[in-house]
Amino acid sequence: MFVNNDVSKQDMEERHIVQPHDPDHPVVLSTEDLHVYYGKSEALYEGDLKFAQNQITALIGPSGSGKSTFLRSLNRMNDRIATVTGKIMYRGVDVNQPDVDVYEMRRRIGMVFQRPNPFAKSIYDNIAFALRLRGVTAKKDLDEKVERSLRQAALWDQVKDELTKSALALSGGQAQRLCIARAIALRPDILLLDEPASALDPVSTSQLEDTLLKLKEHYTIIIVTHNMQQAARISEYTAFFNQGRVLEYDTTSHIFTNPRVQVTSDYVSGNFG
Amino acid sequence: MLKAKLQNKIAIGALYGVAGIVVLILVALLGYILVSGMPQLSWHFLTAPAKAFLKGGGVGVQLFNSFYLLILAMLISFPIALGAAIYLYEYAKDNWVTSVVRTAIEILSSLPSVVVGLFGFLFFVVKLKLGFSILSGAFALTFFNLPLLTRNIEDSLHTISENQREGGLALGLSRWETVNKIILPAAVPSILTGVILSAGRVFGEAAALIYTAGQSAPALNFADWNPFNISSPLNPMRPAETLAVHIWKINSEGIMPDAKAISSGSSAVLVIAILLFNLAARYLGKRLYKRLTSA
Amino acid sequence: MKNTQPTTADLERQLKRRSKAAKLEVWGRVVSFSALILIVAVVVAIIGFVASKGIATFTTNHVNLWDFLTGKDWNPGIKDAHGKPEVGALSMIVGSFLITILSALIATPFAIGTAVFMNEISPNRGAKILQPVTELLVGIPSVVYGFIGLSVVVPFTRNVFGGSGFGILSGTCVLFVMILPTVTSMSADALRSVPRYYREASLALGATQWQTIWKVVLRAATPGLMTAVVFGMARAFGEALAVQMVIGNAALMPHTLVDPAATLTSVLTTGIGNTVMGSLQNNALWSLALVLLLMSLVFNLIVRLIGRKGRLH
Ligand SMILES: Nc1ncnc2c1ncn2[C@@H]1O[C@H](COP(=O)(O)OP(=O)(O)OP(=O)(O)O)[C@@H](O)[C@H]1O
Ligand SMILES: [Mg+2]
Repeated sequence: MFVNNDVSKQDMEERHIVQPHDPDHPVVLSTEDLHVYYGKSEALYEGDLKFAQNQITALIGPSGSGKSTFLRSLNRMNDRIATVTGKIMYRGVDVNQPDVDVYEMRRRIGMVFQRPNPFAKSIYDNIAFALRLRGVTAKKDLDEKVERSLRQAALWDQVKDELTKSALALSGGQAQRLCIARAIALRPDILLLDEPASALDPVSTSQLEDTLLKLKEHYTIIIVTHNMQQAARISEYTAFFNQGRVLEYDTTSHIFTNPRVQVTSDYVSGNFG
Repeated sequence: MLKAKLQNKIAIGALYGVAGIVVLILVALLGYILVSGMPQLSWHFLTAPAKAFLKGGGVGVQLFNSFYLLILAMLISFPIALGAAIYLYEYAKDNWVTSVVRTAIEILSSLPSVVVGLFGFLFFVVKLKLGFSILSGAFALTFFNLPLLTRNIEDSLHTISENQREGGLALGLSRWETVNKIILPAAVPSILTGVILSAGRVFGEAAALIYTAGQSAPALNFADWNPFNISSPLNPMRPAETLAVHIWKINSEGIMPDAKAISSGSSAVLVIAILLFNLAARYLGKRLYKRLTSA
Repeated sequence: MKNTQPTTADLERQLKRRSKAAKLEVWGRVVSFSALILIVAVVVAIIGFVASKGIATFTTNHVNLWDFLTGKDWNPGIKDAHGKPEVGALSMIVGSFLITILSALIATPFAIGTAVFMNEISPNRGAKILQPVTELLVGIPSVVYGFIGLSVVVPFTRNVFGGSGFGILSGTCVLFVMILPTVTSMSADALRSVPRYYREASLALGATQWQTIWKVVLRAATPGLMTAVVFGMARAFGEALAVQMVIGNAALMPHTLVDPAATLTSVLTTGIGNTVMGSLQNNALWSLALVLLLMSLVFNLIVRLIGRKGRLH
């Protein structure tokens, strides 16, 4: 089947956006009229999404559609490489303002990357050192926080006897969960994940998914994924990106069973290209 | 076709010949230094003070001066080079200011060391009235060392993957904290290798020193470690001829009766020291890297 | 446990407070930038001081620049028939250029040949033995080269050509050996940066190994190889002690390669300690230092031009 890959007028008219409105899960983060430019070229055109608390939202879409660009803008990781205009409302505060302290903000909106990036330190220090820098110095406190984070990331049982080992010796799946543990040790409010499982084998991937499902009790999760099944398995909401635009946003079950936009339907059924 | 093959054979043969000659020259050079110098080496030679007009002096004071100057120069240049490298690699935008700064550093690295030495003479010895002293010498060596060391550290920062930086920033750390707590610790093996290699270069430098640290080595009292006493080895205001300067000095003056033997011995010491620096750099770099990545 | 969240007003206050990290960031930028500025200041100071001293010969002592560059007699203490001081630097300028060009001419084929051998013909032996040895030799102090020149090369020249043995020839030999490791090692780097598939493509087309080396590898690496040679020349031109020890230090126009001669650096090292600051004799020496500095800027410029050309390809 032939699908036109360009965002046509028709697609834009078809655009179908249903923001979450669940009283049990109020919106904690939303973007308003967000545009991102790399130099002169625009990579994201007006992303307007709301994210519900303690839910998992999946961002899907073809390669180059702007998912990472969008995600990285949310905690201003793109500050140095891109121009981001528009509002990023976090619990009522626009964090895309120059007077917002990005470091403080990133502690609340944490991020995990595609390639596991443990630091060249011991497993323990990978988690503890950012805490130390933020004033947690009591050994007991640190131990407790390290253990809690590792448990939440479902890594504790595997590494509890070798906390002093170099984190670079961990397997890919373990390393990625260490990165999650590292991020949640600071007790963020929101966790952004950019294809966290794409470098992992199927077993590690499914462990990671279990971990995320548990983590959503405490955190609001936004995850970019190329894996349709993964999005379907773990997320409550799904946004479909194409050519720098959000073409469809709805509950995950709607997106996968009853997509309204033709391109979305092609994409989730694997007919895209 | 046949012609091409023949040509190929001849050319490759010639390359073997050229490489052979070069190897021969290099081996003869190293061999000469070591064979003529090793017999001079003894505990006495390495520790006794020099004698100007008599046979049988040593190079103890010069050897000490070389190390003392090296350490001082490294202590001064390392923090500066580190800061400069961090700014250049982690902060500098790609604009004309950066390119001017880079050009300046390149110019410094290509200045003949005698020019650096003459500037040191003019500025530290004469203008600041530090006289021929360890301190003047250490500053001259610092200038000589800064560009190379900055480049080495920048290269080391480059070896650490960008995703480590993103990891730090995503934890809400500033770039400065990220560099200091994540990037630098991970880059230690490679930075150390660079530091030791540049130390080798500094250790053998003479032209920058003859008019800054001076060409005389007053006797030292190795029992007196108070840096304010004039005969203390640690006194930074005393003139201090180094081993490399010593070789030059006794050969151009020609009044020491066993100048040739002393020079041979000193050359061997210098070359062995450089060799040890090289080996240490490789070994320590590898060791530290292993420590970092395993248990 | 759910994270308890502050009210919007509290949150806004917390987010807009300058955090410790933000303060550290400013501090870090200032500190590291200062270090960088310090280096730049050093460069500016060196150029400024040497230039102001070097120009004094022409401004305070009223020596004619043209006489300085083309005069053959160097006796700053003596006045010539017209009552002008004899500060002709030509013999030293010629000496410096002569040993630089000669040593580079000899070193280049050997260095590039060896680099090709190391990289293309016998990469195993190259990596295991030749490379570490050349890298080690790059670090050998120049006085050691000077000393060996004095005890091996000078007697050899004396025995073969007669005379004192000191001169351009001995200087050239010493510099040749001294820059050989540098040029070899940089040439090897240049060859290494030629992508492997260039060679594979050429060999697959039926070219012999030599044709591949000559037509493909060396051609692709030309900018890098030229840079290596220019670096070697810069090092030779600026080398002081090793040359000073074997060249004889007679500031005369060199008529043969085996008579004592002088270079800018050799006259500088022997002279600066024996003259009084501010005197014409002293200022004239600083003018030589200025020539040296300007030449090193020229070498720098050449390297840049080569680099820019190389990038265009
Ligand atoms: N640093 C950058 N500089 C310039 N352009 C960029 C940069 N990063 C991304 N882009 C461009 O922005 C567009 C969106 O890229 P982005 O990485 O957000 O896509 P993505 O949906 O995450 O793709 P993928 O699924 O491959 O990760 C692409 O056209 C890309 O080329
Ligand atoms: Mg992406």
